[in-house]
Amino acid sequence: MNFTLPSLSLLSQSILSGIFVGALYGLMGLGLSLSWGLLRLINLAHFAFAFLAAYLCYQLSTMGMDPLLTLLVIVPAFFALGAGLHWVMVRFQVSPFNSLLLTFGLTGIAESVIQSIWTADFRKLESSYAEQKFKLGGLFVPVPELITLLLAVSLSFAVWAVLRYTDLGRAMRAAAQDAPVAAAFGVNQKALGLALAGTCAALASVAGVCLALSFTLAPSQMYAWIGVVFAAVMLGGLGSALGPLVAGTLIGISEAITMAVTAPSWAPIVSFTLLIVILVLRPGKTA
Amino acid sequence: MKTGKLPGIDRRAAVAAIAFAASGFAFAQQPSGPPIRIGSTLALTGPLSATAQIHKLVGEIYVEQLNKRGGLLGRPVEWVVKDDQSKPDLARTLYEQLVTADKVDLLMGPYATGAILSAMGVAQRYNKVLVHHTLGIPSLAKYDMQFPAWSIGSDPATTVPNTLFDALAASPKPPKTVAVVTSKFPSIQFMSAGAREVLKKRGLTEVLFLEWDFGNRDFGPIANRVKDAKPDFVWVGAIGLEGNLLLDAMKKIDYSPPLHFYLYPAPGPLLASPDAKNALSATIFEAQPPFTSNFGAAEFVKIYSERAAKAGFTDTSVETQAAASYTAWQILEAGVVGTQSLDDKAIGTYLKTHKVDTLQGKLRFDGTGNFGDDLMRIKQIQDGKWVVVWPKEVTSGGAKLLTP
Repeated sequence: MNFTLPSLSLLSQSILSGIFVGALYGLMGLGLSLSWGLLRLINLAHFAFAFLAAYLCYQLSTMGMDPLLTLLVIVPAFFALGAGLHWVMVRFQVSPFNSLLLTFGLTGIAESVIQSIWTADFRKLESSYAEQKFKLGGLFVPVPELITLLLAVSLSFAVWAVLRYTDLGRAMRAAAQDAPVAAAFGVNQKALGLALAGTCAALASVAGVCLALSFTLAPSQMYAWIGVVFAAVMLGGLGSALGPLVAGTLIGISEAITMAVTAPSWAPIVSFTLLIVILVLRPGKTA
Repeated sequence: MKTGKLPGIDRRAAVAAIAFAASGFAFAQQPSGPPIRIGSTLALTGPLSATAQIHKLVGEIYVEQLNKRGGLLGRPVEWVVKDDQSKPDLARTLYEQLVTADKVDLLMGPYATGAILSAMGVAQRYNKVLVHHTLGIPSLAKYDMQFPAWSIGSDPATTVPNTLFDALAASPKPPKTVAVVTSKFPSIQFMSAGAREVLKKRGLTEVLFLEWDFGNRDFGPIANRVKDAKPDFVWVGAIGLEGNLLLDAMKKIDYSPPLHFYLYPAPGPLLASPDAKNALSATIFEAQPPFTSNFGAAEFVKIYSERAAKAGFTDTSVETQAAASYTAWQILEAGVVGTQSLDDKAIGTYLKTHKVDTLQGKLRFDGTGNFGDDLMRIKQIQDGKWVVVWPKEVTSGGAKLLTP
């Protein structure tokens, strides 16, 4: 492994790249964290939802729709899909561990469906946003990544505010902490669960649209995101709204600096090393 | 007939007409008897399926043409192709099935290095000839009855970079500094390592070396590093769309490399990218003279383009993948016709001792690992087209390597 001293412009541009990709980790992790922390369901299909949304965004955009306007169609559709999946899980009383297996199977099915419709070939969304960038000081700021960052920050804070300051949020947290007591206080767990699962899937679909804006799509690539997003969720704390964003950004910056001073192939090690270190040093503060 | 001439026709024309009629009769002759079954697998699904579709189409075209010509040994040819799902372990199982359960007469190789190595193990166990399309690491081919259709020579890690740096040295502005950035994909990594050795031996300065894992998501930091290193030339050890992804990332930071080479790119998408202007790559065949004068090339290029367009392929031109695939079938046919038998040992011996006329030219299989000459050429994107620019004897209409 060769260490090189990066120039200031390389380091600052790399950190900016890290913030952008970290924001996407956070956005992908947001719904997963809520599902895991508040519904006690480890939903691996979250990644399948994100990729399915990314492909739908790609498809609608190639038909002439603005990629951001596709959110108007995609978000409600995925809300319904997420709520439907949750209804099935509740109906068949799927345990947290079995939810992992079930949603892993669903992810495989979704991959096959995507592959049969859009093939295994790479797909790249060509939009007017892709070309747009501006210079801020000495740094180049690409617009698609900036959109992702803005969406990730605004959605994370919106979810945080709902959980913290609204009755709905308090009811969700109460149901997650002690379901029987929450029910005794009149919390309708069934309806709340459906709404929360729908919201998680809708958040996955927003992440999918951001994915399509900045990345080239291939069905099998959904698995490449699982490790790092899981790390962001666990570092950020299960059920936390701001945690995945903060942890994702931290991981993104760490990876980017690693790539700037050593080699890109060392970057994936960073997120897991961080996770292990924090689990060892701060047990009980994560999952 | 007193004059010995047909009225209005000279003797040469008469002989030609008779020969043509006879050959036409031969072409029209229907093969008969039980079919000769040739078994193979292809990655019809899974991550390699996009490229495997090219090999499937080529195989279908070749078998059709072969049966129109009268089949093999007067018998029709049937191609039994199974889906290995892009999994080398499954390819091994399916080749076992092809030999033991399907009892095919001959084997044809699969697509991609991993599956080829799996098939080679089975072929070796049953003493079957295996002609394969695109094995990327010649040193792994240890079986003496395997025959490569991709003529990259036995030491492509040295010969291909040498061809490239010869081309660059002969250009108006030869590079002095080089950045080597590469995927860790097995058949790529050793080529990039070879390029590093070659550039050092040639006195060039390596200003950057970076590797990434296959499936890397983020090319932004790599683009940043390349820009920071300010190389005259960038060797990109890329496979598939990785080259496009790196170019996209470079564009986001307003950088375009002065001279850039992509090892195994997806040729259509790279050609379509406006950022890939003057990009270089390597090829064994392009659908342009003088390649189209090679054995069977002109007809195949025409049929393939039509059929690929009908099948909805994004790139309908014949290049390395399709050419290597067609060549594989030509080699197998030459072995059977040359020995007039289906005996694998006889076919293997014949191929080792005879040159075979193919789409890529005359190929020999008497070198290390049955590899012959390295026929990799250097091509460049010029005016929205791939044109061969090196070596001089195969350039497209005298095209020259363009430098900024």
